[in-house]
This record gives sequence, structure tokens and C-alpha cells, in this order.
Amino acid sequence: MSKGQTGAEQRLVTPGMAIGPSAGKRAGSGIITEQDTMIATQLGWLQEKNNTMSVHPIHSAYMPRSGDLIVANVAEVRNNLWFMDINGAFQGLLPMSLAPWKVEFGAARQHMDVGNVVLARVQEVDECHNVVLTMKGVGLRRLNQGAVESIPVQHVDRVRGEGNSLLQRLRDASDCRIMVGENGRVWIDGDSNGITWARKALKMVAEKGHTTEFEAILAEMEQEKKGDA
Amino acid sequence: MGGYGDVQLLRDDGTRLDGRKLDEMRPMKIEAGVLPAADGSAMVTHGLNVAVAAVYGPMEAHPRKIQRQDRAVIDVRYNMAPFSTSDRIRPGFNRRSREISKVTAEALESVVLVERYPRSKIRVEIEILAAEAGTRCAGITAAAVALADAGIPMRDLIVGVASGKIEDTVVLDLDKAEDNYGQADLPVGILPNTGEIAFLQMDGDLSPDEYNLAMEYNFKAAKEIHEIMVEALQRRYEGGEA
Repeated sequence: MSKGQTGAEQRLVTPGMAIGPSAGKRAGSGIITEQDTMIATQLGWLQEKNNTMSVHPIHSAYMPRSGDLIVANVAEVRNNLWFMDINGAFQGLLPMSLAPWKVEFGAARQHMDVGNVVLARVQEVDECHNVVLTMKGVGLRRLNQGAVESIPVQHVDRVRGEGNSLLQRLRDASDCRIMVGENGRVWIDGDSNGITWARKALKMVAEKGHTTEFEAILAEMEQEKKGDA
Repeated sequence: MGGYGDVQLLRDDGTRLDGRKLDEMRPMKIEAGVLPAADGSAMVTHGLNVAVAAVYGPMEAHPRKIQRQDRAVIDVRYNMAPFSTSDRIRPGFNRRSREISKVTAEALESVVLVERYPRSKIRVEIEILAAEAGTRCAGITAAAVALADAGIPMRDLIVGVASGKIEDTVVLDLDKAEDNYGQADLPVGILPNTGEIAFLQMDGDLSPDEYNLAMEYNFKAAKEIHEIMVEALQRRYEGGEA
């Protein structure tokens, strides 16, 4: 079996590539075990943590998990529920009982129509991947202003940074409210210059966040923004 | 297979009309991530064949009747561009493209971990921009790289490769003349790491010995193509983590 390319820090693996013997190690996400050998199932970077081997994928689809905070679009409206586009393989379902308003049967459209954007939380995901959303909770609401930017799902943690440090830096520099959904959608609200800068910064973080020059580029962007202000 | 005729396909020195040895493949080049709008994409240039594959999804499967509660469905559309051959092809689906789409979907379903995405659909579009025999194999190879590029979990990178028979001689990777005037064609989808066969078709007749030799050629070529596929994916991200 072919061996993965070894980089300076991480090893890039492709589907079907043998990682090594499975003895004494656990297979995490992106890894399967066949005949005592660990095999990568996704294109990505091999990681070992707490004796568990996993692949950090280069591209991945959003897989909803209970408790995720997401930015969702209304895709369909029924008498008593909304189908939400959650940027994943499956639509989410928001029943009127989990909406933040008292909704009469048949009046769902009066509260939210197709195209509206909401901040919601994943209430439940069953084994058939039926996703139930809720808007009951602190801060969960319909987003009536601002802009929504999409970032690759695998870069959500990168945009947040250690303990939300990078996200806070972007908020301060752009002077905007920024909410990062687990589903790779980012809501930005502020003045138009701030939103434009934040969108540019998000794109840069997703593209260059892993490189050594990232810090210098971000500092330069922050200086430019301050100069403009 | 157009039949024997009196077309000479092997030279007196035993090589083929384009100078290849019997077990030699046409030159192959693969590039991953050629279409920015797709979730994953790849372009395979194999001899004069050019195949582009684009992968979208996993997404909600529509119409709902095609949904499977326990797995994803793979929706493949293989299409030859009207300008892909010297005779213009009438645009749109035909019986051949429908058949190739079906066998390609079944081959891909055996490697993709479809149970990870129940009720959803993974859309694979294969467009043949230039054709010179072996387009279904080029399409499968392109689709495999595009699926990997899209981050779809798979057991292996499936490789499409073909052998055949010309002038009672088994050869690897038929070109247009060999396909038209040869005696048999054996396209297969191989999982190079496990040696499994995900799809196999045979046009024409091969004796058991000829079949074994053809499969030997196919497995050898599959290893070479697999290396080119892996290199293409690694080259796309060689600058570091994207």
C-alpha cells in the first residue's frame, strides 16, 4: 500500500491510504480499520491525539450535532413548521413549538418566510439524520440586518482562534457584531465599511490562516482599517 | 469492436501503431480542483481523452422518491460533449451515456461510504471534452479524484483502466483504432490498495488465458494510475494545509 506524504509537521493522506497497524490505537474520524490496518477514508491531514488517529479533512460537509449554534436560511414554510437550509446534506426542521413566538397553525409564514436568516441551535439529530432546530434560547433570533458570509466548514475553528481570540480581534478591528455558525456561515452586522473589511478578513483567514505570514497580513489589514477610520 | 477487417494494428517489430509496447499505457495527466464552483473536481487527460468530473454534495436528495433511509445515493451523469469526437455527437442523454452513468454510479457506490449520509445525494457530473477510446475509464478515474477532492469518505480511490485484444494479442489501454478494429475490450474499475474489482465489462471474446493476462495488465496499470491520482491530490495542497 502506498505511503502518505510526510510534510514538515503533518502528513497528507488520501482515501485508501494505509496509516499503519491498528494495534494499541483507536480509529477516529476519517479512519477505518480493515484487517488490523488503519486506512484513511478522506483527503486530509493525519492527526494523533490521545492515542486516537484521525484525519482533519481538507474539505468536508457540515454534519449537524446536537447543541450546534448555526446560521440557517428558511428554505420552505409549512402550516406548522419551517424547513431550514443549514448548509449541510440535510435540511433542518424548525417546528412552531420551538419558535420564539406564539405561532398559530397556518400562520408560520407571517413570522418567517423563505429566504429569512435565523440564528438557531440544533436541538436533536436522530440516527436517520433528521435535524430538529430550536430558536428557544438566549440570543437565538431572526437576523433582520447585516450580511452572511460563508466559510469552509473545516475552517470554523480557525476563524474562532484559541479561546475565540481571533474572532474577538476581527470584531474589534471591524467594529462589527460577528457570529460564527458551526455550519460555516458567519453573520456580520455593522456599518458597510466594517462588513466589507470583515468579509475580506474572513476570506484571508480561511485561505492563509495556516501560513507563517498570516499574522503580518492581518496586522497590516488592521492598520489599514484604522487608517481609514 | 468493429471486427477484424484487414487493418494492421501491430507493427512487424511487435509494437503498436503509436509505438507503444503491448503493456504500455497512453500518457496520463491528472489535475485536481479545476472547477472552483464544484465541491470537488478533477480533469484527466489520458492519451487524447479529456474528462472533467465535478462533485456536488452531499445534498438533500430530490425528488424524495430516490432517497434511501440508510444511505446516500450517487447520481452520476456521464456526457460526451458534441465536439468530443470528429463526428458531432447529438447533445443530450442517449442509451450509451445512460448505461455508462449507471455502471459508474454502481462502481462508485461500492467505494464511497454511502452509509454516512442517509437520505442524501452525491451528484457526480462527468463531461468528456475529447474522446479517443476509454472514456468511461477516464471518467471513473476523474470522478474518484473529484470525490476525494470534495472530502467524500471512501474506502479507496477507484481506478478505471482497460485492456483488450488486437490481432489475437492482448494489449493494455486500447486507443481509437484498436478499439474500433480490435477483437475485445475489457474495462475494469480496480481498488488498487485492496485489489478488489468494483466494475467489469467485456466486449468481444477472450480465452481464460487472455483474460488473465488482460487483468494482469490492468492491475499493473491501476497501480501506476493510482500513483498519478495521489500525486495530483497532493500537488493541489502541497503548499500546506488549505
